[in-house]
Order: sequence, then C-alpha cells, then structure tokens
Amino acid sequence: MYAQMVKSTGETVVAKEKLSPKEREFQDRIDRGEKIEPKDWMPEEYRKNLIRQIGQHAHSEIVGQLPEGNWITRAPTLERKANLLAKVQDEAGHGLYLYCAAETLGVSRDELFDMLHKGKMKYSSIFNYPTLTWADMGAIGWLVDGAAIMNQVPLQRTSYGPYARAMVRICKEESFHQRQGFQIMLTMAQGTEDQKRMAQDALNRFWYPSLMMFGPSDKDSVHSAQSMAWKIKMNSNDELRQKFVDEIAPQAAFLGLNIPDDDLVWNEKTGHHDYSEPDWDEFFQVISGNGPCNKERLDARKKAWNDGAWVRDGMLAHARKKAMRKVAE
Amino acid sequence: MTVSEEWPLWEIFIRGQHGMSHRHVGSLHAVDAEHAIKNARDVYTRRNEGVSIWVVEASNISASSPSNKGPLFDPSRDKVYRHPTFYDLPDEAGNM
Repeated sequence: MYAQMVKSTGETVVAKEKLSPKEREFQDRIDRGEKIEPKDWMPEEYRKNLIRQIGQHAHSEIVGQLPEGNWITRAPTLERKANLLAKVQDEAGHGLYLYCAAETLGVSRDELFDMLHKGKMKYSSIFNYPTLTWADMGAIGWLVDGAAIMNQVPLQRTSYGPYARAMVRICKEESFHQRQGFQIMLTMAQGTEDQKRMAQDALNRFWYPSLMMFGPSDKDSVHSAQSMAWKIKMNSNDELRQKFVDEIAPQAAFLGLNIPDDDLVWNEKTGHHDYSEPDWDEFFQVISGNGPCNKERLDARKKAWNDGAWVRDGMLAHARKKAMRKVAE
Repeated sequence: MTVSEEWPLWEIFIRGQHGMSHRHVGSLHAVDAEHAIKNARDVYTRRNEGVSIWVVEASNISASSPSNKGPLFDPSRDKVYRHPTFYDLPDEAGNM
C-alpha cells in the first residue's frame, strides 16, 4: 500500500528443485522464520525488490508530509497545531528509518532521492490528492494512517531484519496518528451542521483513494507470489483491503457518517462487508503521474532538495574545517 | 538535480533508562559527531526513549562476518556445563 505497485522481476515462484544450492539454503532460512541481515548472502532479485519496496515506502512517508504540512499553519487551535506538527515530524522520522534500512542493501540515500525526483521510483498514490479543508486532516489520520497500520503490522515479521525492525518502531508510533485523525472526525461529526458537512465531504473524497492504497486487485497483481515466498509481502492486497473495510464501516456508522458506497453491506454468509471496488483506471493514472497533485508534490520535493543544497554542502565543509583545525592543534 | 557529497553515516545507540546499557537503535546521516547527536535526539528520542546517546561513525565499526558464524559460535554449543542448570543438586542442599 505505501508500496503499491512494486515492480518485481519474479512473476512466479521458482520451484525449489530449480534453485541453486545457495538459493535453496536462503529460501530454507526464510521458511524457518530466520531474519536475513545486511551482510548475509541474498539473491540479487531479493535485494533489488527490497530496495524498490522499502524505497517506495520511505518516499511515501516523506511525500506524505506535504498534504498535511499544508494545514499546520491553519490548524484551528494551538493544541491541534501541536498534534499535527508532532504527527508530521513522525512521518519524517519514519521516512528516515526506512531510508536507513534501504541503505543497508547497498543503495545510497542520494541515489534514492534522485530516483524519486526523476520519477523512477514511486510513492503511494494517496498523497496525490489535495487537502481542501481541516476535515481532511481527520480523514487522512483515520483512513490513510488506518490503512497504513493494516499493512505495516504484518510487515514487522518480514524476512529482512532492518526492514522488520524499522516497522516495529513505526507501528509503535503510528497508532497515535490514527487516533488523532479519528478524534478530529468525531469532533466535527458532533459539531455544527457545517462541520458535519465538511467531515462527510472529506470521507466522500478520501474513501476510494484509501481503498486504492492496498494496490490493484489480486487478480491483476502479478508480482505478489515471489514477494510472498520471500516474506517481503505478508498478505494479499484484497485480503488487507477487506480487513480495512470491515474495520472502518462500523467506525463510520459510529460517527454518523455515510461511506459513499451504496453497495456496502454486511454479508452474513462471508462474515465480511461487501463493497464496491475503486475506479482502477483512476488509480493507474494517479500512480503513473497524472493525479491531481503529482506535479505539485514532486516539485515541492525537488525544490526542498535543491534549495537545501548549499546548507548540506556548507555544513559538511564546516565540519571538515573544524576537524582539520583539531588535527593541527 | 544538484549533486553534492553525501553526509557520513552514523550508528546510534541509546540508553533507555538509567542502569540499562546502550542499545543500537538505527542509523542516520550527519556531518560530525555533535550533529549526529542532535539528529539522533530528534529522530530516535521523540517519546522519552532515552537518557543518553552514543554515536559512532559507521565506517569505524568492525563486524564479524556471517560466514564465520560456525567457527566463532559453534564451539560453545557443546559446553552445556557452563550453565548452572547442568548441575543436579539434591533438594536438601537448599537454594543455590
């Protein structure tokens, strides 16, 4: 979901008999539940897939600061401003944990940024939608962070050690985000008619984009099998999407808000909610760069990177000068 | 795209509480040790996780190689007598 369409090379799992002895030993370790650590031998494709996945996840955290950063200066109260600021700061931290995990695989931070800025690496489609009102801060915390948690909790058991450890830290911090968002929705849903209307409008706009966060439907998701064998993907897209709908539907009812899907009903037989699929054409457009805010988001990232270059260079030069002086003494 | 030189990588160790040892929590980029401590404070102790921070430039850490796992650690496997539970004592001997 934060890694929605990770291009993977292994479309199908190679039968164990066809693996080389080294590859078989590697797969056996994963099957036994052992963690793979940076210096351990790993198949090149495992390494490449992980860089793509962790990188996309990290980029999502970083770009994800932008839609919310939009509201920090306009938060309705000082307390809410402090809450939102803390949340956005967490997202920055989550991006950093993940970049570090990716770097243990032999890619540099600058290479990762470069690939993001050149559009060679993706980030979650959800952050390409605009945040029009304060209620959107509520909807994002409740739905977007809710969807993120659903995906990240199982990833704490992923096979790559540094990724799993980053996920543990992230999950610990993430539940504050969802509660913060839900509380905003609750306050607005119980507020004036105008506030309630804004809360409903935010849910209307963010519902389907949130469902898209889990990635394409399983029948169209050709890249999952190998990733699941390697335990870098723990659940199928549809499995997690269903879990999300089942969790959110009663919460929406509690808020007195309507999920914008007339076909969303509890199905006694399956023990799950039936629901409508999002517009997948829209998803493919947004993920490939044509969403409402793609250009704005990338431009903001590039501007921050380029405008900060003199600071990065200056700090390094200053540290070197100080170190030289120390040697001279 | 501006290409500059990357800041060095630092490994971060945090003492969670007084009386505990420092534990590795992750890494970050910084220009020098002082900067690394400042960044570590922001990245790794936002929720009272620490009372002390150590930073070590990653290139200064030497690690054992995974391929040496056997020679290094296997010899201690068959030395169960190093553990107190190896020794059966009569109940009469009391707590020991």
